[in-house]
Amino acid sequence: MTEARTAERPPAPRERPRGISGTRSLDVLAGLLIITVAVRPLLGGVLAHPAVQAWATVFVSLVIQAVPFLVLGVVISAAISTLVPPSFFARALPRRPVLAVPVAGAAGIVLPGCECGSVPIAGGLIARGVSPAAAFAFLLSAPAINPVVLIATAVAFPGRPGVVLARFAASLFTSVVMGWVWLRLGRSDWLRRPRRPELGDLRRWEAFRVSARHDFVHAGGFLVVGGMTAATLNVTVPRGVLDSVGGNLLLSVVVLGTLAVVLAICSEADAFVAASLTAFPTTAQLAFMVVGPAVDVKLFALQAGTFGRRFALRFAPATFVVALCCALAVGAVLL
Amino acid sequence: MSRQAQSLLVTLLGSAVLRLSLTDVYLRYVKAGLRPYLLVAGVLLIAIGVVSFWRDVLVQRQPSAGRTAATDHQVEHAGHDHAHGPAVAWLLLLPVLAIFLVAPPALGAYSANRGSAVVGKPTTAFAALPPGNPVDVTLSDYASRAVWDKGRSMSGRTVRLRGFVTPRKGGGYYLTRITIACCAADSRPIKVGVSGAAGGFPADTWIEVTGRYTPGTEGGRNELIPRIQVTDVHEIAPPREPYEQ
Repeated sequence: MTEARTAERPPAPRERPRGISGTRSLDVLAGLLIITVAVRPLLGGVLAHPAVQAWATVFVSLVIQAVPFLVLGVVISAAISTLVPPSFFARALPRRPVLAVPVAGAAGIVLPGCECGSVPIAGGLIARGVSPAAAFAFLLSAPAINPVVLIATAVAFPGRPGVVLARFAASLFTSVVMGWVWLRLGRSDWLRRPRRPELGDLRRWEAFRVSARHDFVHAGGFLVVGGMTAATLNVTVPRGVLDSVGGNLLLSVVVLGTLAVVLAICSEADAFVAASLTAFPTTAQLAFMVVGPAVDVKLFALQAGTFGRRFALRFAPATFVVALCCALAVGAVLL
Repeated sequence: MSRQAQSLLVTLLGSAVLRLSLTDVYLRYVKAGLRPYLLVAGVLLIAIGVVSFWRDVLVQRQPSAGRTAATDHQVEHAGHDHAHGPAVAWLLLLPVLAIFLVAPPALGAYSANRGSAVVGKPTTAFAALPPGNPVDVTLSDYASRAVWDKGRSMSGRTVRLRGFVTPRKGGGYYLTRITIACCAADSRPIKVGVSGAAGGFPADTWIEVTGRYTPGTEGGRNELIPRIQVTDVHEIAPPREPYEQ
């Protein structure tokens, strides 16, 4: 990442020859566009296959549906890193990280959106000096416990407010527990500090624009990776197979948790899918809704892109286990 | 990847999102309620992309421009690890190309065949059908009344349903709609088995059927597919909104 390196390196002298790589990238981009347009007619047969079409439709849907939320997240993240002074977070959050984790987790209530937006925001928070553990608690709770998601859950499970309450509790517990786990076990060298463009000398709005584009291009590329993975699994995993494991509670919790990882459905829609999985016990449906916003293939790609692969390889599986345990515990008490 | 190429990609993706949401094409991928957000996101992306591109070009033309521009420029060229740039950002081209060149169609019979048709149990009692003969009913409403009310609220009435054709194993076909909650990734099919003067249609043909509720369900494990006895079937143009919500 070009911009990010600036943070560690002195600015290059102005006489440096410039524009070479810029021109090259643009040429490649133009070339790719021309080649694709030229080759398009030859692909007619392949593109007409129903499986390919279904894949393309699901892929475009996943990306398109996530774009507004990603833009929202990127804009909030840019505002955090350029318009909100770091002293604000120092005052708003308790100084001790052990206490900051639950406060940040509960603060997730205020962000109406799905999981794609919260990754850049968590990156922005860390860049602004918020303790990573607190930022991760926010990252996990925001997409799961905001009002939009809770209302969607209430609509999907009409007449069963216990499901909404259980979802809220299990997701909040998951985020706080993961924050504390990171405090206790996390190592800062697993975490690649979010790459930030050097904004020090820029005017405020200029900095805002540079930051927003940087975050969007970065997260957007990984969103596409996640979208391709999810679309592939969505089209290839036969749903019928799932229906045969509904009986066993533990097995069905694990199966629906895994399904949530694989399908990567937006947290605002997952309640409807969970409600349609009628062959499963309610606790397993809860696990589906607790795991989905916290860890799925799309989120994994976004996290790996923002915080590094070493981080994502440890954080995502740990989150999966914690989320399943929280869903089981809360389900046993409330459902 | 250079800053200009990044700006261009952001502009292209913004244009693709805007193009989808200015026409009805976006309804193939997401629910209607997302349109305002898509419009705003598209405009914002184009604005960010165009302003960035313009500033980069300006800086290239006038190396001695103001402090801000110079810094902006240094930001780009200070690091020389271009090979380690966000190569993954090139992938943003993929949805752009998919939208502009392919514009994949709405999910149809292929997906309906692979998903299990589940009819959610409603919590409130079924309201009486509106007056009229035949009366227009959505496919999900019909399936719900048929499965959970044994068709009582439709007894003695002639109903008219619209959907597309999904071939049935062993002959005949299902009248089908895909329902979505948010986007096509969370789609579920609703199927109704057609008996009577059904005729034959290729998969994915949109048809309108007129008929009466007939008891009984079919379908495999955990599938509930009600039936309809039809008296008239004819082909129709695809609807504006391909999915039911």
